[in-house]
Amino acid sequence: MEEMLKFLGIKNIDELFEDIPKEIRIKDLKLPPPMEEMEVEKEIRKILNKNKSFFDMPSFLPIIKPHYIPAVVEEIIGRQEFYTSYTPYQAEASQGILQAMFEYQSVICELTGMDCANVSMYDSATALGEAVLMAYRINKKKNILIPKNIFWHKKSVLQNYIKGTNLRILEMDYGEDGRIKIDKDKFDKEDICAIYIENPNFFGVIDNRYEEIKEMKEELKAILIVGTDPLYLAVFNPPSYYNADIVIGEGYFGNPMNFGGPLLGIFACKKEFIRQMPGKIVGLTEDKEGNRAFCLTLQTREQHIRRGKATSNICSNEALCCIAFLAYVAVLGRDGLRKVAIKNMENANYMAKQLEKIGFEIPFKNFFNEFLAISPINAKSLNEKLIEKGIHGGLIIDENKILFGVTEMHTKEIIDFAIEKIGEVLDEEN
Amino acid sequence: MKKIEPLLNEIEEEPAPKEKMEIERKELNLPNLNEREVMKHFLHLSKMNYGVDNGFYPLGSCTMKYNPKLLERVAKNEKVAYVHPLQDESTCQGCLEIMYKLEKLLCEITGMDAFSLQPCAGAHGELTGMLITKAYFQYKGEERKNVIVPDSAHGTNPASAKMAGFNVIEIPSKNGRVDLEALKHVLDENTAAFMLTNPNTLGIFEKDILKIAEEVKRVGALLYYDGANMNAILGKAKPGDMGFDIVHLNLHKTFATPHGGGGPGAGPVGVKEYLEKFLPIPRIIEKNGKYYFDYDKPHSIGKVSHFYGNFAVLLKAYAYILLKGKDLKKVAEKAVLNANYLMEKLRKVGYEVPFYGRRMHEFVLSLANLKKRGIRALDVAKRLLDYGFHPPTIYFPLIVEEAFMIEPTEDESKTTLDDFAEAMEKILKEDAETIRNAPYKTPVKRVNEALAAKKQIFTWKDLKN
Repeated sequence: MEEMLKFLGIKNIDELFEDIPKEIRIKDLKLPPPMEEMEVEKEIRKILNKNKSFFDMPSFLPIIKPHYIPAVVEEIIGRQEFYTSYTPYQAEASQGILQAMFEYQSVICELTGMDCANVSMYDSATALGEAVLMAYRINKKKNILIPKNIFWHKKSVLQNYIKGTNLRILEMDYGEDGRIKIDKDKFDKEDICAIYIENPNFFGVIDNRYEEIKEMKEELKAILIVGTDPLYLAVFNPPSYYNADIVIGEGYFGNPMNFGGPLLGIFACKKEFIRQMPGKIVGLTEDKEGNRAFCLTLQTREQHIRRGKATSNICSNEALCCIAFLAYVAVLGRDGLRKVAIKNMENANYMAKQLEKIGFEIPFKNFFNEFLAISPINAKSLNEKLIEKGIHGGLIIDENKILFGVTEMHTKEIIDFAIEKIGEVLDEEN
Repeated sequence: MKKIEPLLNEIEEEPAPKEKMEIERKELNLPNLNEREVMKHFLHLSKMNYGVDNGFYPLGSCTMKYNPKLLERVAKNEKVAYVHPLQDESTCQGCLEIMYKLEKLLCEITGMDAFSLQPCAGAHGELTGMLITKAYFQYKGEERKNVIVPDSAHGTNPASAKMAGFNVIEIPSKNGRVDLEALKHVLDENTAAFMLTNPNTLGIFEKDILKIAEEVKRVGALLYYDGANMNAILGKAKPGDMGFDIVHLNLHKTFATPHGGGGPGAGPVGVKEYLEKFLPIPRIIEKNGKYYFDYDKPHSIGKVSHFYGNFAVLLKAYAYILLKGKDLKKVAEKAVLNANYLMEKLRKVGYEVPFYGRRMHEFVLSLANLKKRGIRALDVAKRLLDYGFHPPTIYFPLIVEEAFMIEPTEDESKTTLDDFAEAMEKILKEDAETIRNAPYKTPVKRVNEALAAKKQIFTWKDLKN
C-alpha cells in the first residue's frame, strides 16, 4: 500500500478523499468492530435458530410452498463460474450462462406453450405488473380485468406498477365453483386492454373452460395474460391452448422459499410481441468460425441502450434462480415432473378429504395443490392453537376460510399428524 | 454449425418408463436424463463461464468484488430455505430480527432514518424511490411532473422515473461533473426530483454536492441518491449528510452478495424521517425484544414485490457487514487507492483519461484515438480475454467516446493491477489485425451479435424449425 501511495505521489490515503467537502467527511461509522468468520457464523445461527422451518413445524401455507430440491441442483448453482459472474454482456467469456439461459427459455416455452421467454422478472407479482404494462404498450385501452380472488400482495404490486399510466383495474367476480365468471357482455370491448386470469387460481381451482376463455379474449379484443404454475403445466394443457398472449408465474423449481425471496418471475409471450417484452433475452448465433454460440439479443428494448424509452427499467434479474429452475427440470425430466405434479394433487386431495371427515367444508373440489377450506371454528384461533401443537395452519382468508397448500413434501405421516392436531383443537373448542 | 456443448434436448435420453400416466396434457417435450448426464452438462457449461474467482473482473459500475464464501454458507441454512414468508410472526423471529438489524445498519452507513428492504434490485429500488416521490407530492397536494438526471446517469435512472410516470429531463455535464448552471436552469416548481449518483459514473466526486442539494431544495424538490457507487464512500461520507432525501443501495455491489449471472440482487431504499410513512408495507417493528410486521401504514405506497424482498440476499449482506464492521471504511480506502493507482499506470502506458484528475472507486478511459488505427473499445475488450482478464464496461457512460470503464474494487492486489496494466500496454503495441480478430483463447471466437437479432432463435423449438 505504501508503494502505491508513493506511486501516486501522496502521503496518506485521506488525500484521495479531498473532493468530499470537509463538513460532511466522517471519521468513523458507529458500527461494531470487525468479527471473525467463526463468530459471524455463530451469531447468525443464533438468530436464525429463532425461526421454525418446515422441518421443525410442518406448514400448510399456500402461494409459495416447500418442495424437495435434489442435491445436484444445489451443486450446480454452487459453481462459482455461475453464481459470482455478472450479466453475460461479454458473450465469449459467458457461453456457459448464456447457453443455460437459452435452455431455460426453451424449457419455459415448452411448459407454457409460448414462443419466447425472458430470463426472469423478480417474482410473479412484478411479472404481473410488467405484463400489464406490456399489454398497455400493445393495446392502448383504458381498463384491465383481473380476478376478484387474487392474492392481495400481488394486487398491491400491480397497483404500483400501473401508477405511471392511466390504466384502471376492473374485477371479475367468481362463481359458486370458485372460478371466475366469464361474462364477456358485461364489459365494453372498446375499453379492455388486457384480461388477467390465473389457472390454477388463488383458490387453487383449475379452469378448463378453454373455449370460453379464448372467446372472451377474442371478443373483447384484449391481451390475455395468464398466471400459472409450472408444476401444473406438467400435467394440464398450457395457456397457449386458450390463446394466451403473455404467461407469467412463480418459478419455484429448484429454488427454496427463503422467507419469500429470491423468487423467479416467469415471463413468456407470443413471438409477435417480443419487441415489447421487458427483460433480457438470449439468442442463438455463431462465432466467426461458425461454431454455435449464444448472446444477449434485442437489447434495444432495454434501459442501458434506450434509457427513458426502454420497455422496462429492469437490469438485475433473478438469473441464478433460472439456472436452478433449469437444473431441476433437467434432473427430474418430463416424467419426474409429472410424477411430482400428480403426487401434489394426491396429497392435497387426501388432506382435503381428511379435513372433510372432521367437519371442514371444501367448497371447490376441482383443485391442483392448494384448496379453500371452511373451518367449523374461528380460523385465527385454530391457527394459534395449532402452532402450540407444532403445526402451522394455512393462510387465513376470512373469519373461517383457510387456504391450504400441500406438496410432495407433505407426506401421509405429516398430513395425518396435522389432522390429528386439528381434531384435538376442534374437540377442545367444543 | 459446430456444437461446442450439446443442448439439454440433444443429450441421450433415458429409456421411457412403461407405465402410462392418465393426464390431460399429451405433449411435453422435456428430456428424461440421468443425473450423471445432467451434472456433466452443467459442469461443462460452468467451465465456459468467467466468474470473480477466475480472476480480475473490473466491470465499471458493477463492483465485482470477491464474494466471501461464508455468505453462501449462512444462506444455505434450513431455517432460511424452508421458512415460509407467511408464517406467524412468532415462528419467524429470526428472519424479522435479521431484517430489522440490517435496516438499522444501513441507516448508519448512509445517514438515512428508515429503510425498506423490499426492492429486489437497484432499478427496483429506483422505481420504489420514484413511487415514494410521487406519493409525497400527492400528499402535499402538488402535481410535479419532472425528474432531472445528468447525462452521465445510469440508464435505469431515466427508465425508472419514466415507469413511475414522470417526464425525464437530461442535463449536460460540465468537465465530468454536474453543471450547476444547467441544473438551475431546469429546476422549477415542476421538478419532483433530481437523481444523482455520487461519485458519478466517471468515478468523480460531485464536490458541489452541498450547493446542488441547496438548489434542489430551493424549489421544493427531492434529491435522489443512486447508490450504485456507494463502495467509494463507505465510512467516509454519508448520502444523508449530503442532503439526499431518498437513497437506494445495491447490496450485490457494495455489500459483496454475488451477482448470480445477472441476479438475484437486492436494492433497499432508505429515506429521511419525513418520508418514512410512504415506504412499502410491511414495516418491521420491535417491541420488548420481539419483532412484528406493521401493515397499518395508511400513507404507504403499498407493496413493490411479492413478499419482503430477496431475504437470502439480505442475509448475506448482513453477514458481510458483520465481517467488516467499522473496517468498512477500509473497503472504500482500498477501492479508491486501487482505482487511482491503476488509472495512473494506464495513463503512463499511453491511455487517455478524459476530464483527468483524482478519481474515487472507478475511472473511464477513452479509446477514441485508437479509432484511427481501426481499433474500437470493443476490440480491446475482446483482446483482454486472451490475457485472462474479464474486460471492463464499455461504451458507458455515454458522454465519453469509446468509453472503457474500469472499477478494480478493493479486493485486488497490486500484482493483479500491474499485470492488467502490462496486458493493456502490450495490447497497445499489437497490430490492429490481431486485436480486431480477438479473442483467440475463449471457448468460442468473436460472437456475431447482429446475427442473433436477425435469426431470432430463442428456443430449441426455433432451432428445429
